[in-house]
Amino acid sequence: MKIGISGVRLAAALALVGALGGCATTGGNSAPSKADPFEPFNRVMYAIHEPLDTNIVRPIAQAWVDYVPTPIQSGVHTFFGNIEDGFSAFNSLLQGKWDKAGDDLGRLTVNIWGFGVIDIATQAGIPKGDEDFGQTFGYWGIPQGPYLFFPLIGPTTVRDGTGLIIRYYLGPTTYLVEDVPLRNVLYFLGALDLRVQALDASKMVDQAAIDRYTFIRRAYLQRREYLVHDGNPPRKDDDE
Amino acid sequence: MKHLFSTLRRAILPGVCALLALPALAQEAPDALVKRVSQEVLQVIKTDPKVQAGDQARIREVIETKLVQHFDFLRMTSLAMGRNWAKATPEQQKRLADEFKSLLVRTYSNALIQYRNQEIDYKALRADPNATEVNVRTEVIRPGQSAVPIDYAMTKGPSGWKAYDVVVGGVSLVTNYRDEFNEQIRQGGVDGLINSLAARNKGGGAK
Repeated sequence: MKIGISGVRLAAALALVGALGGCATTGGNSAPSKADPFEPFNRVMYAIHEPLDTNIVRPIAQAWVDYVPTPIQSGVHTFFGNIEDGFSAFNSLLQGKWDKAGDDLGRLTVNIWGFGVIDIATQAGIPKGDEDFGQTFGYWGIPQGPYLFFPLIGPTTVRDGTGLIIRYYLGPTTYLVEDVPLRNVLYFLGALDLRVQALDASKMVDQAAIDRYTFIRRAYLQRREYLVHDGNPPRKDDDE
Repeated sequence: MKHLFSTLRRAILPGVCALLALPALAQEAPDALVKRVSQEVLQVIKTDPKVQAGDQARIREVIETKLVQHFDFLRMTSLAMGRNWAKATPEQQKRLADEFKSLLVRTYSNALIQYRNQEIDYKALRADPNATEVNVRTEVIRPGQSAVPIDYAMTKGPSGWKAYDVVVGGVSLVTNYRDEFNEQIRQGGVDGLINSLAARNKGGGAK
């Protein structure tokens, strides 16, 4: 769930490589999983991702949480949260969820008075939406497709990854900010904020996982299924 | 006479009330149970100086004494194993449940440290009064961030309600292990899984 400018371009390029590389088995030791036909390729990507995240990205995110003053942290989170509220509103409309769209648009309107960096809407009790393009495709009945893992981006699927690429190309920063250094700072902060949000989940994986790759895959797929069904996924007790 | 009655009433009524209350306590509703136990645990976690200092052993002790009896670890393990559960002997099943319990207790204690300063919102239970399987819904309110829903899947047994799954933000802590368990069993059989769980619990990191 981490997006950066180079990250998403990389994703687009790697999606192609993944489609080709999926045929060539590199590991061959694992049982094929229905949801993860490209597992050998994904495991290579994960092996590249792991040390990068553990040694560079995660310590930066943790330092941000530990040393940056809270008002700055929440200001940055609110700033990028407003952009996501806009996308959530758009995706709620695409799914005909008028109430949710109303909440998201209400949040945007109210947060103008917080100059984009104070989350007045949450203080006023307007629930934060979380719709995205991947969920919209899911709501329309498009299946997840094969599971994919990319360095720095993390777990995704063909469906959700397509959503991420659309999300990136429609991102306002790309069009509104012409100053390249400033734009890069914004991309960096946006990606950092996403990684910060995932820190709790990382700690959970540290404690709980036997095999991190498999644990993250199952958790990601469960979480997305849950989001597509707005918190009421059909309960499955069978093996798959 | 009147005096005798009032004495009797004073002496007996509390006793009768207590007797009436006993079965009510034994059949504590699942949502009330979740609320009471989690508030007790959070109270200890907020006030205990050792826990405040991040003493892992003490946190685990709190969980062992206050939480563990409210979970059905055998059922949790069978759920995580899926169809492989039937392949394990009763002896293996017991060892699996013990190791899985240690793993879950450690995970849960870590989650509790993270959530110690946050409010929990207990949702009203929507279930038939005669139901034997219910889903108790709660939400951890995090200031400035979206709330984390935590659901407890519970079943009614001879010794009251017990939880057999904890679902955090849509991720079931129990079924999340199924792929890993399948993989371990495929590679090393049921004993292979027991060994890797035991190694994990002895402090070895994840692969």
